[in-house]
Amino acid sequence: MRDTFVRTLIDLAKQDSNIELVTGDLGFGVLKPFWEQLPNQFTNAGIAEQNMTSMAAGMALEGKTVFTYSIGNFPTLRCLEQVRNDCAYHHANVKIVCIGGGFVYGSLGMSHQATEDIAIMRALPDVAVLCPGDAAEAEAATRAIVAWKGTCYLRLGRGGERRVHDHIDNYQLGKALKIRETCGAPRKRSAAVFSTGAILDVACDTAALLEEAGVHVIQYSFPTVKPLDEDVIRACADQTDLIVTVEEHSIIGGLGGAAAEVMAENGSRARLLRIGLEDLYCTTVGSQKYLRGQYGMTAENAAARALNILNR
Amino acid sequence: MNSEVLAWEIRRHGIEMTHLSGGSHIGAILSVADIIAVLYADIMRYHADDPEWDGRDRFILSKGHAGAAIYAALAESGFFSVDELKTHYADGSRLSGHVSHHLPGVDFSTGSLGHGLSAAVGMAYAARKDGKSHRVFVVLGDGECDEGEVWEAALFANHFRLDNLTAVVDHNHMQSLDFCENTLELEDFGAKWKAFGWNVKEIDGHSHEALRGALKDSRQENGDQDGTGRGNGRPTVVIANTVKGKGVSFMENDILWHYRFPHDGWEYDCAVNELHKIRPEGAEDVYTPEGIPDPALPGPDADIGNDHTMTAGYHPDYPAR
Repeated sequence: MRDTFVRTLIDLAKQDSNIELVTGDLGFGVLKPFWEQLPNQFTNAGIAEQNMTSMAAGMALEGKTVFTYSIGNFPTLRCLEQVRNDCAYHHANVKIVCIGGGFVYGSLGMSHQATEDIAIMRALPDVAVLCPGDAAEAEAATRAIVAWKGTCYLRLGRGGERRVHDHIDNYQLGKALKIRETCGAPRKRSAAVFSTGAILDVACDTAALLEEAGVHVIQYSFPTVKPLDEDVIRACADQTDLIVTVEEHSIIGGLGGAAAEVMAENGSRARLLRIGLEDLYCTTVGSQKYLRGQYGMTAENAAARALNILNR
Repeated sequence: MNSEVLAWEIRRHGIEMTHLSGGSHIGAILSVADIIAVLYADIMRYHADDPEWDGRDRFILSKGHAGAAIYAALAESGFFSVDELKTHYADGSRLSGHVSHHLPGVDFSTGSLGHGLSAAVGMAYAARKDGKSHRVFVVLGDGECDEGEVWEAALFANHFRLDNLTAVVDHNHMQSLDFCENTLELEDFGAKWKAFGWNVKEIDGHSHEALRGALKDSRQENGDQDGTGRGNGRPTVVIANTVKGKGVSFMENDILWHYRFPHDGWEYDCAVNELHKIRPEGAEDVYTPEGIPDPALPGPDADIGNDHTMTAGYHPDYPAR
């Protein structure tokens, strides 16, 4: 996903010399193709995220489309006010890229785990929030944010994510992508599985497990959390018994929180199950996969909890 | 309008605007008035009837709390009506207490300290990349230099040799609660900037001649020779030594006037009349053309000449100095 992003950005930047990539001294081995091929559009701003972000706003106001690049919480929480006042408020064409949303850098410890970023960025007016689920979504999202005027947040995994889409037709920023819907005769119980970000693989497996258990399943990936595809949420909330949201993020304020807002205002039939990190910091050491297991973000756990609600 | 007249108008508007609105920061508005006046009267290129003209010099007031000063300068320079200044802080106004870009002539909104130099760095860096010749000016407060982002930006501006960037620090030696030196020791302030690689000019920030000299374009012929966006010259910082509250004797060097506004009665009357005593030829007062006849005067208990700094009433054992 990370390499796909860089490849796509190189492609775009070759066509548009106003695209600039600014890193906060990260991207060893990853950004090399960019700086080798487009040295005049590349800047290392050093380990100084506040300056990087305000500076990107200044460049954007002069006509540049500026990508700021870092990992975990460094391009967002570390410089949140710079994102808010300098980028978003000025409607500046700054595209904030985070590598390592969720537990990607699990073993590095809580400082490197981005588990509240979606909620926080989503709360900022005039910031589009994108969390692609696989390499195909990452490529489409990268192209989409270049075309989108204003400040965007692109939350990526690292690499090795399962490829879910062969290709994506008609990708639109703000639209959810349908992954599956159960075929055949109507079933008694139904659920919709929503996910955002690189935990799309777990969402796919959750949907499969529910289908095997006799549930009619509709699955969507939400590569954009803001603007939110409320139509899909409302439709599924009216048509199914349960919506399951899956995200590698706090259950507060992310996709689950956003879905809850829509469902509550809609007066929905469906209930809601939010799969994600409970309201806590991760204190366990381990890989992304291990930590997903420790904190309940597995298909088995999600399906079991969903069935428990559906069987009541 | 010459710079002396513009500086006086900024001060007069500043008194009126804070008086009418009950707004803070008159001390900072008065200290920065000469800097802004010289920039708008003598240094910067702009077209008031075409505020977004691409060839204009960019300006950011990073110490956004002195917003009244820039609003006054813009109005007097023709960007919008002088009459609008009276709406400062008011319901529905475009003139927020801190600087807003939703106003012709303002390139960047500020108010949270420490951001402006970085934004100016981005503007200067982009201009250099695009081979544009305009300059970028940013005015900082000295207290603002407590913010780490200022020094992040200082590192970057030097490393990339942004000689199209000029920062001016309104060094009025005071911040919110106290003198800078009693808050977080700043001196040797010039040496700090020098150590960060900048050209440093330390001047009297109320001398228009000194300001003009320090702010003139001294860039060398130094295009983007190696294609990296790095120029050859250094960014310049003008450390403009000023007096907080300059022009109104009872406000000068008194931290009280960081927040207090000139109230009805002797505070407003005496402030206006003190300005009239130093009114340069050609300056017009649209509010009180001849000053205030029969002004209210301070009584024996008036709060003048008292030390309102934090250290005046607070003596911690730690840290030892």
